[in-house]
Amino acid sequence: MRAMVVDDSKPMRTILKRLLSECGYAEILEVGTGREALDVMHAGAPELVLVDWNMPEMSGIEFVSAVRANPEWNDVTLMMITTETAIDKVQEALAAGADEYVMKPFTKEVLFDKLEIRKSSRA
Amino acid sequence: MPITAAEFDDVRDFVRQMSAIVLDPGKEYFVESRLGPLAKQRGFDTIGHLIERLHRDDVLIQHAVIDAMTTNETSFFRDLHPFEALKTVVVPDLLAKRARERKLDIWCAACSSGQEPYTINMTLQEHFGGQLAGWQTKILATDLSTEMLAKAREGRYAQIETNRGLPATLLVQYFDRSGTGWVVKPELKQNIDFRQMNLAAAWPPLPRMDLIFMRNVLIDFDVETKRRIFNRIAQLLKPDGYLFLGAAETTVNLHDGFQRLQIDKAVCYQLRS
Repeated sequence: MRAMVVDDSKPMRTILKRLLSECGYAEILEVGTGREALDVMHAGAPELVLVDWNMPEMSGIEFVSAVRANPEWNDVTLMMITTETAIDKVQEALAAGADEYVMKPFTKEVLFDKLEIRKSSRA
Repeated sequence: MPITAAEFDDVRDFVRQMSAIVLDPGKEYFVESRLGPLAKQRGFDTIGHLIERLHRDDVLIQHAVIDAMTTNETSFFRDLHPFEALKTVVVPDLLAKRARERKLDIWCAACSSGQEPYTINMTLQEHFGGQLAGWQTKILATDLSTEMLAKAREGRYAQIETNRGLPATLLVQYFDRSGTGWVVKPELKQNIDFRQMNLAAAWPPLPRMDLIFMRNVLIDFDVETKRRIFNRIAQLLKPDGYLFLGAAETTVNLHDGFQRLQIDKAVCYQLRS
């Protein structure tokens, strides 16, 4: 299974990569900006993308909207991982096309449960 | 590894700030039991040295501390598979069999802080809301702890609790933001009756049940108490009703009145006919 972590914080990328590895992802790409993430998507989209909301240059929400604008990437699971906790932010992310929303801080179990629920809802 | 009062206050402030979970005074033992092993694992002599790193914006340590302090919290959609079984087999079967009386009685025994009855109710409303319109659907949620019941009744959860297991679509549909946490909307509470009950003592009069969730509580009882509880369940469960136990629990070798039923990855029990 292939995943990508999009976050401008290197320590957070390290944490997310470790958690994804513990959740069974064998290949985990990491990038620091939304633009780089779109480049990766064009080269070969992963099954799962964890994306931060607040990033310079291109926000997570802009990245999610850009991915959802391309029908070829309909099957990619997009999960926002963010410190944004207002209900309207969650609604905004879901409306833009995010499949899931995880608020920081979180544990491995949170990520694992969200991935399991996502798998079962698509089965 | 003991901690000082000042260190406890430090951890309490940090955990509250990061997760909205409140550690009341007197929970020092809890912090020691969770952070002692972590401090040792990370090579610190004392919990105090671990705590010092929290203030240096060490994200890895901060994350590990939050992880250690919150693991084992009960969660929404805990173990997931029983709720999938409700969706695919159990509720459709009960809807067909109870079509005349249009009534469902559900019991969550040991409901703890309420995530399980709310999860059952969300599952019913999300997947069977239309079909259950006009039905009398009652969920009895019991627990031994009045503290847990008060929390369950209030339906107020810290962000880290709603993060766990609860899909974002259900969070925005069934919860309102409240301070740093979330609170269950009234429509998800209205058919749930929270009551204090000791499973090991005499049971009050209860209606015959279509569905019983008694998960992860029997494991705490001795064999004789387990047998006594299964005897009572055998009288309380309707002949075509369903019983869900925890993943590590079984009726096998304790009561021969139940038969095991596998529904995809979930296991439940029905009375032998």
